[in-house]
Amino acid sequence: MENKCIMQVEHLTKVFTSGIIAGEKTVAVKDVSFKMDQGKVISLIGESGSGKTTIGRIILKLLKPTEGKLYYNGEDITNINSKQEKKEYYKKVQAIFQDPFSSFNPLFRIDRIFNMVFSSFMKDVKDRKTLIEQSLESVNLNPKRILNKFPHQLSGGQLQRLLIARALLLDVDILIADELISMLDASTRIGVLNLLVELCKKNGMTVLFITHDLNLGYYISDTTLIMYKGRLVERGDTKKIYKNPVHPYTKMLFESVPEIGNKWDKEELFLPETVIQDVKKFYQTNSEQGFKEVEPDHMVLFSD
Amino acid sequence: MAENVLEIKDLKAYYKILKGDVKALDGVTFNLKRGEILGIAGESGCGKSTLASTLILRKPPLKYISGEAKLLGTDIMKLSEKKFKKFRLKNISIIPQYALDAFSPTKKIKIFIADLVREHGIRPNRKFFKKVEERLEMINLDPSALDRYSIELSGGMKQRMIMIISTILDPDFIIADEITSALDVSSQRFVANMLVKLRDERITGSAIFITHDLSILYQIAERIMIMYAGHFAEIGPTDEIVSNPRHPYTQALIASLPRVGIQYKENRLSGIKGTPPHLLNIGEGCRFRFRCPYQTSKCEETPQREKITDIHFVSCWHWKDIFNETKNSGGEQDGE
Repeated sequence: MENKCIMQVEHLTKVFTSGIIAGEKTVAVKDVSFKMDQGKVISLIGESGSGKTTIGRIILKLLKPTEGKLYYNGEDITNINSKQEKKEYYKKVQAIFQDPFSSFNPLFRIDRIFNMVFSSFMKDVKDRKTLIEQSLESVNLNPKRILNKFPHQLSGGQLQRLLIARALLLDVDILIADELISMLDASTRIGVLNLLVELCKKNGMTVLFITHDLNLGYYISDTTLIMYKGRLVERGDTKKIYKNPVHPYTKMLFESVPEIGNKWDKEELFLPETVIQDVKKFYQTNSEQGFKEVEPDHMVLFSD
Repeated sequence: MAENVLEIKDLKAYYKILKGDVKALDGVTFNLKRGEILGIAGESGCGKSTLASTLILRKPPLKYISGEAKLLGTDIMKLSEKKFKKFRLKNISIIPQYALDAFSPTKKIKIFIADLVREHGIRPNRKFFKKVEERLEMINLDPSALDRYSIELSGGMKQRMIMIISTILDPDFIIADEITSALDVSSQRFVANMLVKLRDERITGSAIFITHDLSILYQIAERIMIMYAGHFAEIGPTDEIVSNPRHPYTQALIASLPRVGIQYKENRLSGIKGTPPHLLNIGEGCRFRFRCPYQTSKCEETPQREKITDIHFVSCWHWKDIFNETKNSGGEQDGE
């Protein structure tokens, strides 16, 4: 079979409890299921507070799901807990976070940061230097000029590429990129993005690209997941979703994206609050229930 | 309509630090007509926020070097701090970038507003708050928000509240510095439209909208100015800048914008190689030359501001050659 499913998330729910006695509950993620096929780029799109980062953290085993299962390569990994098992898991699943400036220890030079990857994951590798140089060259950085520098001496684009190079040192299967390039400027971000996708395709890596930028999501992804208030409201082939959004939240999202060549209607006062009512109405008025397919490879949530 | 609210001529402002001068704003010239929204775009370090601070904050280590900035005929660069204070909020105002931290966390918003306007010699009486409440209704915020603390509002609500506070004295000219950057796409559209609405209802006069996001400027600005590393690059009407850019930096910037309809698999966008130069003690010359595909020895000299049409200016030595070249190659960026 060509599309090998590498990671499967089933009925994931995460409830945060805050407060010691009263225990106020916040449902961050509710009943989310999706599959990640090998070698594909999946974008997870949502606003702040929609639960997209929580999903990323659950897959990374930084958070424990309240309910639901995680399958990696067909194996149930929901309950792996021991240090040893987690370490094995992290050899295959890595993440890159939003802020490249705070992702490195400021007191260490770059070569030490890279060496730490070996000492914690691959102690028996001998040819460390060539491996580090290879990975730096693959992200278009000159090892001679980079390795003896401290993080503050490098630019944001360089640091972001270093993050990618560090993740690539390990032979990873899944890369979670959480708001990877939001901190970068327009002129440098496309370079980093192209590089990421290129490397993934070459190494057969799967990427979960978490973002709030719809244009970027469309640009790089094969599959799109749209989150709204902890629910997965629309899921499927990127082109199909962008061409034919069904859920009112997705529609609103597409309408609010500023796009060159397509001016907004200025008369229409565009209120983000109205979407709450729209979604409610949508759930009440349609006859469908649950998460249903509207066309092949395009699923929509019809009831809360 | 042609009256200018703001006239800026060859304005220079440097950050003075121990190692020398950081030439963050180096010779910018433009004017702003009454009732106009001018967008200023560029990447971090291009001087767009420095321009805003030069005009309104004027705090060290930022130091005014030379040039003019005439607001309603008065050169505000030559004014003493005491005299300039009278202009703030009434004639010139700013909607800051970090609205989310702009409030005092220990004061109710109502008290915060009262303290602010009292500074400017206005008594925060009932009549004043009536006006505030009307404005709040205009942006769909419940007046009860005034009795809350800032932590009780969401990011989008705070941004709207700050917009109302900044424009409460109906300024002639307002600077909106990255006001949409920290917001979600859905709030972005509302906030951007609000700026237009405030102008249309004549609450504010003209506006400068500073952002790194060209696609938002395309939506609301009448003219766009592009800056690069403290230098002026190009200014012109929005449609002209977007569909017919002349400066190589503007061209590269627009070509690197992802948009719906372009997928990596089918059509690869290209970024701009390299990074902007460090502005500390930077010498003469076009500052884009290190990354520019059309670079020649001529670029060692700082380019002059040249006129393309009456409303479209560019500062590049080679804009004519570049224009002819792209015309001959048939214009690669056909829209869909």
